[in-house]
Parts: sequence; structure tokens; C-alpha cells
Amino acid sequence: MTVDVVRLRPPMHRVSPRARWYWTAKAAVLWTVLLVPQVIWWFADGDGARLPHLIVGAGWLVLAAVHLAVMPQWRYRVHRWEATDTAVYTQTGWLSQERRIAPISRVQTVDSERGPIEQLFKLANVTVTTASAAGPLKIQGLAVADADQLVADLTTRVGQTVGDAT
Amino acid sequence: MTTAVDAGEEPAVDADAGWRRLSPRMLAVHPVMELRRLIFPLIAVLIGFRSDDGADGGWWALGIGGIGIALGFLRYFTTSFRITPAHVQVRRGLVRRRTLTVPRDRIRTVDVTSNVLHRIFGLAQVTVGTGQTDKKNDGVKLDGLSAAAAENLHRELLHRPPAEAAPGTGSVVPPPAAATPETVLAALRPAWVRYGPFTLSGLVAIGVVFGIGSRLVNESHVDLAKIGLVHDSTVYLRERPLPVAILLVSAAVVMFTAIASTSGYILTFWNFRLSRHRSGTLHVRRGLLTTRSTTIEERRLRGVELSEPLLLRAVGGARVLAIATGLRVGRGADRGGSVLLPPAPRGVAVDVAGRVIGDADPLTVALIRHGPRARLRRFTRAGTAGLVVILIALAFVLLAGAPWWTFWTAPAVLPLGALLAQDRAASLGHALTGDWLVSRHGSLVRRRYVLRTDAVIGWNIATSVFQRRAGLTTLVATTAGGQQHYAVPDVPAAEAIRTARAAVPGLLEQFLAD
Repeated sequence: MTVDVVRLRPPMHRVSPRARWYWTAKAAVLWTVLLVPQVIWWFADGDGARLPHLIVGAGWLVLAAVHLAVMPQWRYRVHRWEATDTAVYTQTGWLSQERRIAPISRVQTVDSERGPIEQLFKLANVTVTTASAAGPLKIQGLAVADADQLVADLTTRVGQTVGDAT
Repeated sequence: MTTAVDAGEEPAVDADAGWRRLSPRMLAVHPVMELRRLIFPLIAVLIGFRSDDGADGGWWALGIGGIGIALGFLRYFTTSFRITPAHVQVRRGLVRRRTLTVPRDRIRTVDVTSNVLHRIFGLAQVTVGTGQTDKKNDGVKLDGLSAAAAENLHRELLHRPPAEAAPGTGSVVPPPAAATPETVLAALRPAWVRYGPFTLSGLVAIGVVFGIGSRLVNESHVDLAKIGLVHDSTVYLRERPLPVAILLVSAAVVMFTAIASTSGYILTFWNFRLSRHRSGTLHVRRGLLTTRSTTIEERRLRGVELSEPLLLRAVGGARVLAIATGLRVGRGADRGGSVLLPPAPRGVAVDVAGRVIGDADPLTVALIRHGPRARLRRFTRAGTAGLVVILIALAFVLLAGAPWWTFWTAPAVLPLGALLAQDRAASLGHALTGDWLVSRHGSLVRRRYVLRTDAVIGWNIATSVFQRRAGLTTLVATTAGGQQHYAVPDVPAAEAIRTARAAVPGLLEQFLAD
């Protein structure tokens, strides 16, 4: 941290630790879906050589194992959020990371949503949208109480600003 | 200039009644339009039946055509609209009656289009845009008002001083002390048509013609080789050595593209005129056969884009597009209403763009370069892409039995990629001048975005693994207009923060590291 280089600090709050399990479960579903074509191929290709099947299967296993072991931990270290009186600030991703900042005065909607996997881990996500189609700020893996609190806070603050936020 | 509503053409509007109809002359136009829409089924039916059994296809086609014409007539009788002080309403539909209501203060653009048929009958189609970008059935479309009524409606809807929006007369008092209501910012000079061949819009046309042609050939089972012209030319080409044949075919494609692009340019942009209306609107008129007139409220304007496709740039041309909320993003040369200047000399484009935003600086200011690491990234990316192409060629040779020369010629993409990377690196740059954020990037299409800083409604700061190692980041300004997001790619991280802070003061300060 040299004096003349200005940089952003990460947002203040981490998401819930249970989010790691949520990401693991979500990725596991994806990898399971990818298993389906392999199974179909195995039975459709009844009397062919088994070696290509095994090679693809081994590749699938290694990739899935590494992804499931690394991604959730990494994401948990990256995903952070913060909401101040004037702005919302999020940090997401793992290999590729992204920070998004939107001023409260430009916020149009605040959404909270709980998908099936999220309900399983008692989590919720919050989406903050602006008038731009490119700028929704999504905070995944919040504990339900935190999410409700955040939505309530943001809604109050957004209500206090004027203008059509474009 | 009076904007009062002509009583004979358009009856006075009050809250309950006042439903108007389209021009009765549309009775002649609608059926033809329906027939045009049915042209492919008709041709398919005709051809399909002829090749199968007898000549019954003719009757089927007649039946389908008859239904089309009847539907066209019905459209006139089932469509009506009215304009109240607060709303524009359109009623349409035969079985499902539908009333579409648009609040007048949501109206962002008004488009007046007339195609050849419309113009023969002195008609126009009015589209009222409400700003939902890129959606079908966006807003209200009134197909078939008389040209005068369309012009009146257009004025009624947009050219009214804000203070007069409330009263319930529906007509507008002529503005007092009108100096010059309209200033012309740009008008097409015939000499600009020389940029036509370099727009490549003709390639699309050739693609479409080729697609339709091959479909027709397929469906009608015509043996192309038996057609004299096609037969003779294939025989002629077969007799030449391969390189000569390739050269001949490319020359033909280039020639046709140039002709098609130039005709496209003339058809789309003839009589082009960009003017600023005193009531705060920009006005674009253009078109040779189909005329189109678009009005953009200046308070919706968020910036401009100077776009220079490679070929056009090579001959010193550029075009200007508007970045505005509620305006569809243009695809190709003429889609959407965002064209502020067709391909024209670069100097003119810069001048016009500067006058549109009222500040010439953002278009001429020297940009801050992104440095050697951004440049290196352009080259590594081009190199990687080239390598992938070579590997794909190798795979084709080994697995699909393609001849070996495909693999040996594949490395030719590397120098091409290097040239592209060089040009892309040269394009990269950004600046902040006055109230404007400027970003330039791209090679095949080099674009310079000029976005008003108060139109920035958020920042996305994206960093990939490779960018992190190079200390670079992509700063994206999100906005409600145009493409919704405008990027400053591969900018050094500290410079990204500096730019973002300077553009929107007070937002990032609270998140800075100590």
C-alpha cells in the first residue's frame, strides 16, 4: 500500500458461512447434469471400446472434484457486500472477480429471493437493480435475517431519494 | 409555424369520446401489406403443388391470398386511437379487443415512417416509443395516418413546452416569438455516397438473397446446373486454375457487395437531415423510398458514439450514433433510430457529434493510453485465438481427414492477429473532460463513446485472473441509455479508480483503502 496509489478496499461484510455449502450444492447439481450425456453414451455405444468412456469419465471426476473443493472456499473469501447511506457495494466471483457500486439515489428496485437450494441452507439472495440493464448488484448467500434487514434498510433509504433515477 | 390541430382531419379530443380512425386510404395499403407478408407461404404452396400433382396450387394460393386481403380490410375497421391530455390509447383486434394505453409523459421518441406504398397514398406510420429498449410491440404503432395528420400528431406529442402539458385542449398554442424553431446540424451531401461501398451493409443483403435463393431452389427441386448462366459460369470456373477461380469469385463478391452497400446507403440515408428543434428535441429525417423521421428528446440524450468500422476508417469515414434512454440500440447501419449521422467524412462526424452534445472537446481530446501491459494483453489474446484456430485445423486434418495444406496455411492467422492486436492496442484509451467520460476501443469497429458523467448510474469493476496478474481492470460505467453499459477495458487499476472518482464525485470515497 504505497501512499500515492489509491485503491478500493473490499466491502465490509462477508456472506453467511453456509453459502459455501450452497455453492457446493449448486455446482454438484450442474456436474450431475453433465453426467447424464455420459451415461447415455455408455449405454448407446453398447459394444464399442470402453477406453474413451473411461477417459472422459476420469476427466469429469477430476474436474468436478477440483471445482467442488476449490470454488466454494474461494468464493467465500471473495464474496462481500456493504450498504452505506449513499451507496451499495458488492464484490463477487472467484477466478474472475467483479466489484459493483451503485449510488442509492439511482437504485430502482430491491428484491429478495429464495430458491429451492437456498431454502435448504436457510439462505436468501438480494438483488439491487438500477435503471441500467447492465448493473444489477446481486448478493448471494445471505442469512435470511440479514437479507430481510438489508432489504428493509435499502427500501427506506431508496424511498428518501427523489427523481426517476435515470 | 402552427401546431394547432386541423379540425377537419382530427376532431377535438375530450375525455370520453374522440376515438379516431386511421386514414381510409389504408384500405388500399393494408391488403397489399398482408399479401407481402404471405408471399413465402404463397410461393411455397404454388411451387409445392406444381411439382407434386396438378395445378391445384393456384386455388390454394388464391384462397390464402383472399384471406390475407380480407384481414387487411378488417385491420382498418378494427383499429382506432385517441389522444387525451394524459394518454395515448389504441384499440385494436377483432376477436380479442385490446386497448393499449401509454401515458403521454412516458413518450420518449416519436417515429414517422412511410414506405413506398404509404407514400403513393400520402400516408405515414407513427410509432410512439416508450423507452422499453429492444422489445417487440414496444409502444404504440399507428399504421396509416395521412401524412399531414402524422405530422400534426408528432408535434402534438413531442413539441410542446412543458408548461402546456396539463390543460385539456389537446392542441398546442403556437409558441410566442419564434426565432428559428429549427437549426440544421447536418444534411447529407451527395458526395458522401462514396462511403457507401465501405459500410459492408451489402454483405447482409447478399447473405439474405443467397439464403432465400437456396431455400427456393431446395423447395422447388430446380437443378441449378441446368440453368444456362449458372452452368456456363461453373464450367468456365472449372477450367481455370484454382487460384484464378478463387480470385474471380472474390472479385464478383466484392463487386456485388459494393453495389449492394451503395444502394443500401442511398436508400436509407438519402435526404438525411439532422436538426435541433427549439423545444429541446433532435430531429432525424432520412430515406429515399421509405422515409423515416425520428425525434429524440434532448433531455433523454446521454451522450454520443463515434463509430469507425475498419474499412470506413481506412477511407477516413465515421458515423455518429446517439446514446439516449428509450432509444433502441441500432444494429447495422440503419436499424433503430439512433443514427445521428450516416457514414460521412470523419471531420464532419466529429463536428456534428460535438454540436449535438454542445461540447467539441470530448471528441477531439487526447486520450490517456492504457500502457504496455494492456498492449501486451491484446497480443497474447490474439496469439491464443490464433493458436486455437491452428489446433482446430490440426484436429480436422487428423480426425476428419482434411488435406494437410489446411494445417500448413493455418499459421497465416498469426500475423493477421498481430496486426489486429496492434490496432486494438492503438485504439485503447479513455479521458475525462468537463462533464464527459470518453472511452475508445476496438479495431474491426473502433468506437469512441462519449457519456455524460451524470448519466453514470453505477460502476462495475471487473478483473479476470490474467488482468489481476497484469494489474489491469475493466471499468464499466452503467447507464440507462443506449447499450446500458460502456466499458473502459484493460485500464491500470489505480487509473480506473481515479477516473471513477473524478467522474462521479463522492461515491467511491467511502470505500477507499486507507
